[in-house]
Amino acid sequence: MTNMDDAAYKKYAAKRAAKSNLAADCAKAFFVGGLICCIGQGLHDIYTWLGMSEDNVKALVPMTLVFLAALLTGLNVFDNIAKFAGAGTLVPITGFSNAVVSPALDTKAEGFILGVGAKIFTIAGPVILYGTLASVIYGVIKYIVGLF
Amino acid sequence: MQKGVIQLKHKPSILSVGTVGGKKEHDGPLGKMFDHIDETDTFGMPTWEQSESEMQRIALNTAMEAGGMKIHDIDAIFAGDLINQCTSSGYGLAGFDVPFFGLFGACSTIAEGLCLASMLVDSGKFDRAAAVTSSHNCSAERQFRYPLEYGGQRPPTAQWTVTGSAALILGQHDKPPYITEVLPGRVTDKGINDANNMGAAMAPAAIDTLKRYFTQSKKSPDEFSAIFTGDLGYEGSGILIDLLRAEGIDIGRVHHDCGLMIYDRERQDMHAGGSGCGCGATVLAGHILPRMRELALTDVLFVATGAMMSPGAVQQGLTIPGIAHLVHISMSEG
Repeated sequence: MTNMDDAAYKKYAAKRAAKSNLAADCAKAFFVGGLICCIGQGLHDIYTWLGMSEDNVKALVPMTLVFLAALLTGLNVFDNIAKFAGAGTLVPITGFSNAVVSPALDTKAEGFILGVGAKIFTIAGPVILYGTLASVIYGVIKYIVGLF
Repeated sequence: MQKGVIQLKHKPSILSVGTVGGKKEHDGPLGKMFDHIDETDTFGMPTWEQSESEMQRIALNTAMEAGGMKIHDIDAIFAGDLINQCTSSGYGLAGFDVPFFGLFGACSTIAEGLCLASMLVDSGKFDRAAAVTSSHNCSAERQFRYPLEYGGQRPPTAQWTVTGSAALILGQHDKPPYITEVLPGRVTDKGINDANNMGAAMAPAAIDTLKRYFTQSKKSPDEFSAIFTGDLGYEGSGILIDLLRAEGIDIGRVHHDCGLMIYDRERQDMHAGGSGCGCGATVLAGHILPRMRELALTDVLFVATGAMMSPGAVQQGLTIPGIAHLVHISMSEG
């Protein structure tokens, strides 16, 4: 170990480390992610067919997907689908639902205040914080551009 | 002058062992080695942390029963685990009225416990001492990674924390197997900061320990029936063999890694293999020592490695210090 410095060792370890199969992972993510989008479109069509207004349909579709992902998380099924799908379940709104429900389930033992209450957003928190911040910045830019 | 390899003059005996495992471990290639299995992984407890404590309690009780001992036959317990402040050990062993030393050596803890226990038994300070350790996949995931039901991805270099616990009771020189030598490890950090590649973080420590051992003892790896590392997994084992070979020490023919033995990596989808305090400990107690008693193995080096990190340290971008303690176990008096 004496003849290899830290930087060289880090490079050596990274080089020999097993890599993910990017093509297969992308294909799986595309397939499952696309399937979730199709389910969303299907829900959209069903709600429209039931005679709901466009505004209500737009609210109901994500609500249904969030509910289904939360239910599957509670039933110990979501993580198995996600293991196959990767970004396919992470990127759509289903991933957000899972990111909120899973810490809530996990921290029940520490109580509803210091457990669930304090830790429910440990994964989704950054998304909420910086998502809100980005939307504010976007709003300001839009306002300034609108002045001209 | 640093002491290095410590010869144990009286060669303490490993008197009895107890092993406990979970469902995935039971499904693995060594599934039959456990004395006690709980397919639900809960061990009848309401939280995962309590489940882990319960595993230690069962393991020590099993080892005492196997050795026909009562609790007051044991002079001291050396125990540790991965959970904050070693609480699995503290709670799990609270009911035993025995002097207790809490250890942290991450996944190397069983070898650390055996080093200390064997030296103190050898010196006559204790007649009998136990080394106990545990890890539980669910409590470790909660502390070190993500919530259990979170749908994240584990990279191919990641290892799976073993749900398992083992207790080994050592006593004055009696029947084999004996602990004949120990070499305590040194903290070794070669700049790896990826918590998903702990094999690479720990391999330098194993290289340091084994290189010191073979240099000082003037022995060659082929003089041993086997050299077992604790949980270097696929990544760390490859690094260990290749870099030691580059130093002129070839352990390729005799090396096995407990993290690669405990699961079927392909069938059980275990990525780089098993890890955790319970990994090396259960394989040593449940598989290696019985094989020694059958004389299928006679002279063994057991080198358990640990990645001594915390989630906070990793988030701060700190590199991961590794450690590797060596225990030489032999069936012969010589």
